[in-house]
Amino acid sequence: MLHVSLRHALSGFSLDVDFTAPAGVTALFGRSGSGKTTVVNAVAGLLKPHEGRVAINGGDLVDTARRIWVPPHKRRVGYVFQEGRLFPHLTVRQNLTYGRWFSGAARDAAEFDRVVSLLGIGGLLGRHPGALSGGEKQRVAIGRALLSRPRLLLMDEPLAALDEARKSEILPYLERIRDEEDVPILYVSHSIAEVARLATTVVVLEGGQVVRAGPAAEILSDPEAVPAFGVRQAGSVLTGRVVRHHPDDLTEVAVSAGSLFLPGWLAEPDTVIRIRIEAQDVMLARSRPQDISALNILPATVSALRRGQGPGVVVQLQAGEDRILARITRRSADALGLEPGTLCFAITKTVSVAPVDIGTPG
Amino acid sequence: MAPMDWLGPAEWNALALSLRVSFWATLVSLPPGILVAHALARGNFPGRQLLNGIVHLPLILPPVVTGYLLLLTFGTRGPIGGFLSETFGIVFAFRWTGAALAAGVMAFPLMVRAIRLSIEAVDPKLEQAGATLGASRLWVFLTVTLPLILPGIIAGSILAFAKAMGEFGATITFVSNIPGQTQTVPSAIYAFLQVPGGESSALRLVVISVAVAMTALLVSELVATRVARRIGGR
Repeated sequence: MLHVSLRHALSGFSLDVDFTAPAGVTALFGRSGSGKTTVVNAVAGLLKPHEGRVAINGGDLVDTARRIWVPPHKRRVGYVFQEGRLFPHLTVRQNLTYGRWFSGAARDAAEFDRVVSLLGIGGLLGRHPGALSGGEKQRVAIGRALLSRPRLLLMDEPLAALDEARKSEILPYLERIRDEEDVPILYVSHSIAEVARLATTVVVLEGGQVVRAGPAAEILSDPEAVPAFGVRQAGSVLTGRVVRHHPDDLTEVAVSAGSLFLPGWLAEPDTVIRIRIEAQDVMLARSRPQDISALNILPATVSALRRGQGPGVVVQLQAGEDRILARITRRSADALGLEPGTLCFAITKTVSVAPVDIGTPG
Repeated sequence: MAPMDWLGPAEWNALALSLRVSFWATLVSLPPGILVAHALARGNFPGRQLLNGIVHLPLILPPVVTGYLLLLTFGTRGPIGGFLSETFGIVFAFRWTGAALAAGVMAFPLMVRAIRLSIEAVDPKLEQAGATLGASRLWVFLTVTLPLILPGIIAGSILAFAKAMGEFGATITFVSNIPGQTQTVPSAIYAFLQVPGGESSALRLVVISVAVAMTALLVSELVATRVARRIGGR
């Protein structure tokens, strides 16, 4: 459990945040300039906040009121930087073991092998960072941070410098770390797809303030948080279980309100997965549509509406135990007479769910 | 004709002394050189510009002035020289150690400059990464900064060595020109040129000087590219 409470002023910008990060992945979401990196640097000890307190499991790292300051090298906080920051003069193996020289931990070959195979970097050990691709560098950087036996893992946009292919290469590894390692992660991102896929808790920063914080499924499907995420990116996260792969190359996934059909082979039957559906890909109908090409039709109840300044309305629906966000025009909302409690059907096309939007639940 | 016969004993003495003086001048000024370069590159303290000025002083002062100042402070009756000779028996005046001191002081700015540039080229973000992995500032310096500035250290050392080999003004002012004691190659060339018939000896030493300088330069290039390739990591 990480507790952060900070006040810090930079030129033309002031930060005032207070949040708690429980076990799992806590995503610190916000646009550039919202203060995400400042928060992470204060947790790592690379920045001295003017005022505030940072504590891990009750142990203080910073407390300006009591003049407590733990220097960065004594914090045992692993930091994965956006640019990797591998040591160019050391081999991959030496980079990975660098933190162990100082953590005081005995040389644990089993632990080393476990992390190396978790990240799939066994073939790179003898190389120097200069000979690695961007994705490989980032995996080594993650392994280096993990092997320093951190009490907390900080990741500052670890995928931002990579192209889409490399991102989807690394995301499964991050999910494995979240699911298999017993270390809380503070994950900075301005990509809602990454947040939706990885986060268990979401903290939304705007202009140096926390505007929303809570469990990921709840915050992502909160119509009031849509402006912070951006109307084109906003979407809800559903948890489902793979039923089977059909011969016509569709995977059937059971969610609480019914079945969804997603393209391609996703996972073995009974695997629990996480699916993100963007609000702008959801259509609404008052009656169950017949003769329609879209395969995914879930019965739902309107639970909230948020009218913005433009022509759009964000509708929050309760579909079984899951929540779905739909972004439709105000005209349509009025024509359908939508208000909280209205029964309707949420429709999405199969292809609207991109592979990057499918992950494992944390 | 073997080189032994080609050089006379006086010329040999001068060459051997020059090499010894330059070697020790470089070796002893290396640790303070790295320390000062680091302080100038990364430090943020009030007297930084003053330190920078003092380090560069021998580069801009006339060498004779530097030599005289050394005589005043490190001479047997000088404040530092007197203390050192009385308590530790270390004497600089008119000894080869004095020649090494003069050469070291004259070469110091060149060495600091080369190392400082290489420290400034090291990304501080790598040093931050080292800190988050549990390395204290000293360990970060030893395991990250120092290996990365090795080419700069080598370049600075060779530059300092070459400068020490050629130092004349401060040396002759501080420790005079005593054959076998303080007569380095430049002093010997100067002395040979003062006596009739000394031109041939002087000329041989000139050839030696050029050869030593060229060798030093080639070796430094070779080592620097090797180290750079290793650090660049392929």
